[in-house]
Amino acid sequence: MLFANNITVSRGRKVVLERVEMTVEPGRVVALLGPNGAGKSTLLGALAGDHPTSRGVVELGGVPVSQIELRELARSRAVLLQKSTLVFPFTVRDVVRMGGSVHTNLPRGCRIDDLVREAMELAGVTHLGRRRYQQLSGGEQQRVQFARVLVQLMPWGIERPRYLLLDEPTASLDIAHAIELLGTARRLATEHGVGVAIVLHDLNMAARWADEVVLLDAGAVAARGTPREVLTSSLLERVYGVNALIMEHPCADAPLIVARA
Amino acid sequence: MSQFAPEHTISSPDRFEPMVVGLGVLGCVLLIAVLIALRVGAFDLSVTRIYHILIGSDSVTPLARNVFWMIRLPRVIMAVLVGSSLAMCGVLMQGVFRNPLADPGLIGVSSGAAVGAVFAIVFASALGIGQVFGAFFIPVAAFGGGLLATVTVLAMSTRHGRTDVATMLLAGIAINALAGACIGLATYVSDESELRALTMWTLGSLGAASWTNVAIVAAAVVPATIWGVIQSSRLDLLLLGEAEARHLGVDVNRLERHVVLVCALVVGASIGFVGIIGFVGLVVPHLLRLSLDARHRWVLPGSLFAGGALLLVADTVSRVIIAPAELPIGIVTSLIGGPFFLWLLSARRAGSWS
Repeated sequence: MLFANNITVSRGRKVVLERVEMTVEPGRVVALLGPNGAGKSTLLGALAGDHPTSRGVVELGGVPVSQIELRELARSRAVLLQKSTLVFPFTVRDVVRMGGSVHTNLPRGCRIDDLVREAMELAGVTHLGRRRYQQLSGGEQQRVQFARVLVQLMPWGIERPRYLLLDEPTASLDIAHAIELLGTARRLATEHGVGVAIVLHDLNMAARWADEVVLLDAGAVAARGTPREVLTSSLLERVYGVNALIMEHPCADAPLIVARA
Repeated sequence: MSQFAPEHTISSPDRFEPMVVGLGVLGCVLLIAVLIALRVGAFDLSVTRIYHILIGSDSVTPLARNVFWMIRLPRVIMAVLVGSSLAMCGVLMQGVFRNPLADPGLIGVSSGAAVGAVFAIVFASALGIGQVFGAFFIPVAAFGGGLLATVTVLAMSTRHGRTDVATMLLAGIAINALAGACIGLATYVSDESELRALTMWTLGSLGAASWTNVAIVAAAVVPATIWGVIQSSRLDLLLLGEAEARHLGVDVNRLERHVVLVCALVVGASIGFVGIIGFVGLVVPHLLRLSLDARHRWVLPGSLFAGGALLLVADTVSRVIIAPAELPIGIVTSLIGGPFFLWLLSARRAGSWS
């Protein structure tokens, strides 16, 4: 279990997160929602062990992440950031393969190359393998990074905790690839027990793919629960200041949010 | 643990690597450059003569033997060592700054070394401390100056144990400006002969290469090279970005600080003996990334070969082009590097550089 235990995170004098508590459980998908500047990315970063907390700790399996060795931590959680800064002419395959750098002893007969191939297929980037990374579009780059992150969590056969933290993974993706990526994340949770936390802006995507929603507002948790419990018109009105209509999704067991202009 | 294969790492290639061929070609280029550099010069040594010297035959004159062992060979080795180390530090700096146009000069080591050397030249006799280190006074002062400048840059950009690369860049610029002022001051107060000595130093020369110098530079360069090669896969991850590398288990702060210090040691030791030599650290890694592969396990050894070969060719040109006089090598490398850099920039702007 990845657990943010009542954490406060400050940047300089500004308190970015205040007494936030949230849990990512194995096999479940948690969506982090909230307006711009609510602290979603900071919370994801704190879960990843990136930010020192001024109060409370983030624990992975009961151990504070700050006390886990970086390499050990890298085998238990993978992070996909919003934007990549890679400007060197690596091939797509080289980038994906970098995710395998955390594996120092794989089971016999399991080769990094096989993991790379499987991850590239899962992320839908197999056809890009020999291209140079910076020649790709933003969306393609994002999917390549997704494949890299998957290699980090593989191979699925070994019993160990796995957490996948995604920061607005669908921001630069078209609707088909966005659905594919979220579907993959969902499947990893169900089939391989990966605990997934996703920062999302699209409320309907969250309603459709998440087991649980954490709604942040100004650095604090405004609400948490199932999408149906959290995505109500009164809460959305309060947090986003948007007048929204909540309907039943016509082809899924999920709420559908329609903003009234 | 019987089901675990021992140490299966990503560095074990399970497909044919065409880069092996690229490295082989670069190795051959270096070898040819070495042979040419050994052969040509004010004193002509033919290949057969070199062969006879190497096998210890009596058919060559003691003069030829002396030229080969005491002048030509140490100079060639020095050129290869310095060129390799500058190219390697270019690779390392570009990794730390995650910018393919970064250069060891950014961390202040070159300008700090220049201040050390220039002060040694100008103020040594006045203070009467030149005798303490003898011939090593200038190299030691340059090394100390380079290290001091780099440590200052590092200290300025580190707070609470975290080093900020953007601050490091700015601190480097400030230190470089300060160093420029110091050099200007020393130039202003220097007399005719000191002025000539310090000008020649800043233009670079491999003319003073001796076995002792070679041994000292090798003592810095060889361990640093081994360290760099061991860090290859971590350096790759660093290029992904600081956060990404950290998420993949790299202690980014530690690695970056080590890289900066290694570069300060190696570059400081190199240019202490040969003066300022520009552009090798910038041009060589760039070319290799574009033509070979971006991965450090190929770029690093490739840069060592190509950097060594490039500086050796430049030195050979500087020896023969106006023989029996010598052109300072810094002029030759900058003459090659400057236009090349401009070309890189225009290619980069045109978007075709990758």
